[in-house]
Amino acid sequence: MSKLKLPVNEQDHKKGSSTAKIILVEYGDYQCPHCGIAHPFTKKLISQFSRDLQFVFRNFPLQEMHPQALISAQAAEAADHQNKFWEMHDMIFEHQNILSANNLILFSENLHLDPAVFAKDWKSKIVLSRIESDFDSGIRSGVNGTPTFFLNGSRLETYDETYESLALAVENLLHMSHKTN
Amino acid sequence: MILQKGSPAPDFDLHATPDQKLKLSDFRGKRVILAFYPADWSPVCSDQMALYNETLKYFHKSNADILGISVDSKWCHMAFSQSRKLHFPLLSDFEPKGEISKKYGAFNELEGESLRALFVIDEKGIIQWSYLSPDGINPGADGILDALEEMVTSKNKT
Repeated sequence: MSKLKLPVNEQDHKKGSSTAKIILVEYGDYQCPHCGIAHPFTKKLISQFSRDLQFVFRNFPLQEMHPQALISAQAAEAADHQNKFWEMHDMIFEHQNILSANNLILFSENLHLDPAVFAKDWKSKIVLSRIESDFDSGIRSGVNGTPTFFLNGSRLETYDETYESLALAVENLLHMSHKTN
Repeated sequence: MILQKGSPAPDFDLHATPDQKLKLSDFRGKRVILAFYPADWSPVCSDQMALYNETLKYFHKSNADILGISVDSKWCHMAFSQSRKLHFPLLSDFEPKGEISKKYGAFNELEGESLRALFVIDEKGIIQWSYLSPDGINPGADGILDALEEMVTSKNKT
């Protein structure tokens, strides 16, 4: 079974409980329809397991297949510089069928980001190299497509594009951690 | 069983496009990754080839080129490659069908298709790593990259 080669660290985008026993990492692509399907599942999961779960998103843009994937990831990372990563992340996934450079700028305006700062950060080297380092750790961890999930560092093989398959995996792990404690 | 580490990689001369053929021996002095796969267009294969399309720069950094191989015809490969915007050659093991796949032990007689098998070949044409994946599972790129790095490490040791 594939393991997550780069542990969750300070650099990562995290949501949910910071003291959680369970960490779910997603390698995702903003233009990938399957990631679009998974998006509401991860949101629901965070609210259902609010005390026990931390969610981490890492970029895995398949640029040749999805021409808007990289600029979307860059927009989310640029929004992070103004502390609005998750807002932009949601905005992109919720408007997946209309992704374009112009619309990403519109999203940034809707989120009241400083336009000059956003424009500078969006195409910056820092943002690009951060996305590349996410992609790199994904490749090293055996990510072969998107979305790929890791639950406490082990690749989740049982996800079948349903919310239930994700929730069950989290519940099973919670159950096991209660037993061992 | 697929050919294992230490075996010389059998040479081939296969169509990469309708008017171009490639030999393994053309790549002497470089490393070659051979990715045998069952068929163009099937969803898992597409993901695998699409993934390698995104990891080409990692391969090139290690002085390695990647070649996909299946029994599909050169015309089929051309359409598939254009549709997926692939930036590496797909070789057609079409006539006699599966001849090269068989030489590598990577042919499924029952289905008449190549198996999903990976080979990393060194600068002298010797197989340094091989891996057979279940048909339905995209093996990713991590095994290839680990093998390429291992080759660098062992070279530095000697």
